Amino acid sequence: MVTYLIRRVAWLIPVLFVVSVITFGLMHAVPGGPWSGERNVSAGVQQNINNKFRLDIPIQDQYIAWVGDLLHGDLGPTFKYRDRTVNDLVVQGFPITAQLGLMAFILAVALGIPLGIVAALGHNKWPDYLATAISMIGIATPSFVLAILLVITFSVWLNVLPGVGKGWKGPDTWVLPVVALAGYQIAQIARYTRASMLEVTRKDYVRTAQSKGIRERAVVIRHMVRNALIPVVTILGPILAFLVTGSFIIEYFFGIPGIGKYYVLGIQQRDYGLIMAMTVLYAFFVAFLNVIVDVMYAYIDPRIRYS
Amino acid sequence: MATTAGAIERVVTSRRSSGVWRDAFGRLIRNRLAIVGGIWVILLLFIGIFGPFIAPWHYDQKDNIAFNLAHGRPVPPFTIPNHLFGLDNYGLDTFSKLLDGAQISMSVAFVVQAVVLLIGVPIGAVAGWYGGRVDTYLMRFTDVMYAFPDLLFIILLSVAFRDTDFGRALNGLFLVFVAIGLTSWVTVARLVRGQLLSLRETEFVEAARAIGVSSGKIVTRHLLPNAIGPVIVAVTLGIPTAILAEATLAYLGVGVQPPRASWGKMIAEGVGFIRSAPYLTYLPGIMIATALMSFTFLGDGLRDALDPKLRGKQ
Repeated sequence: MVTYLIRRVAWLIPVLFVVSVITFGLMHAVPGGPWSGERNVSAGVQQNINNKFRLDIPIQDQYIAWVGDLLHGDLGPTFKYRDRTVNDLVVQGFPITAQLGLMAFILAVALGIPLGIVAALGHNKWPDYLATAISMIGIATPSFVLAILLVITFSVWLNVLPGVGKGWKGPDTWVLPVVALAGYQIAQIARYTRASMLEVTRKDYVRTAQSKGIRERAVVIRHMVRNALIPVVTILGPILAFLVTGSFIIEYFFGIPGIGKYYVLGIQQRDYGLIMAMTVLYAFFVAFLNVIVDVMYAYIDPRIRYS
Repeated sequence: MATTAGAIERVVTSRRSSGVWRDAFGRLIRNRLAIVGGIWVILLLFIGIFGPFIAPWHYDQKDNIAFNLAHGRPVPPFTIPNHLFGLDNYGLDTFSKLLDGAQISMSVAFVVQAVVLLIGVPIGAVAGWYGGRVDTYLMRFTDVMYAFPDLLFIILLSVAFRDTDFGRALNGLFLVFVAIGLTSWVTVARLVRGQLLSLRETEFVEAARAIGVSSGKIVTRHLLPNAIGPVIVAVTLGIPTAILAEATLAYLGVGVQPPRASWGKMIAEGVGFIRSAPYLTYLPGIMIATALMSFTFLGDGLRDALDPKLRGKQ
């Protein structure tokens, strides 16, 4: 277990190395500097700017300096927000992004798993069809389309919840972004749970438990659900990762000041420093979350022994 | 006697060779959702190809008279003649814009999958057949690619090449094809590799080798045709992912450039009018959702049809 953990964590290093090289390379493959197209500046000013952002040294030295800063926890400058660094934006935005992501995650698990269980228990009856229909729609609806439909329904027509551009100020502004972000994942978890439950229903130990005369509820909870949830746990990693990296669309749509919103603004304003930092940060999150989930998986399912 | 045996043999082999596909097709058309999805896919394809001939207006052509009559405000669907779905905030015909959006989405759907097949199948085939170093590199590479969130990579490519000639080709559509294609071939390559790894140990391959068939011919004539079912499913299910990626890029403003009217871009432009003119966002939204849904239904149906063992599983 410990060697497995060490190997998984060690594997993060080449992954992050390749991700950072690709990101850095692409951002520097762009023709013209980050300021071309802006007002003309004198050669001296250009020299000072290049010096400040280390654009005057060879590219491999730029990369080494950038990675060195990263290792010291410095994500580097942004090219557009002159008075702030990427670190400032992350410190400011991360608590909001994390809160949004975690609430969506809890909602997805709390709704998705029961939905899947209900569908499987009522297999080929109306609960199944209803749950399957909900998850089909959820899977096919992108988060920003779901967000539109939610805003139009609850904010424009019913006028019960605040719409777009209201920021992140208290529970009433949280509801729609969290639901819009969680929608796809609710559907995904429900689908997995249903398939896994149907698989377990046919197992010998379930039949044994039923023939022993154990109450149906106990069979469902203790024998079926507990075993059926093991494969569901494997997709929780990608789901958490998706909720963290995918939330920028929702943050941008609703005008929520998390790190994702700055990422989108960085994309639109061609702020290469900000894009680079955010991409590496997101990739690190995803890789790290996957390690955590793999380890968790080993704890939940004692049959799995990593070597 | 000999002719009877030959006839029987012909009947048996012909039934066997067409049977798999005929059975699969039979299962597919019994799947109601897949049929509904398939019909909508065909309709969208039709619109994608013939849209410019159907469109009553050009997607970039303002109707100044109608727009002035509406005091320069967006016009709701079904309220004025000549504009079925009304006018947007620039006085452009929403119906014609939706048609152009269908063309963009459908071209992304199919061109991206062509890129995926062109890159994924050869690499997967080489890795699965020869194994060794190519295989190791492919697996290491895909491990890294899996850690890199797809959408971020697509955005990164789009931002990096946006201002080059390459990025401006076809109003940015070419870059969208390449960026999404480059991030999506890995799944198909892994799939082909896995199929070939198991198929190359089978007896019919051994038999082919014994009679002296070359490696290249074994792969192209015997292995790839046998591996094609899962690849078809993966490609069909890859289509909604590609459509969504394109819509997201356009929504964020780094995909297809004006004046082309991507559904994602229509949404981004309409959000500012979500109170006064919600139809500017929900019409393209419904188009995206139904397009994704229909390809998902069709892909699920194909999977169940081609591999009945997997029915009900992921």
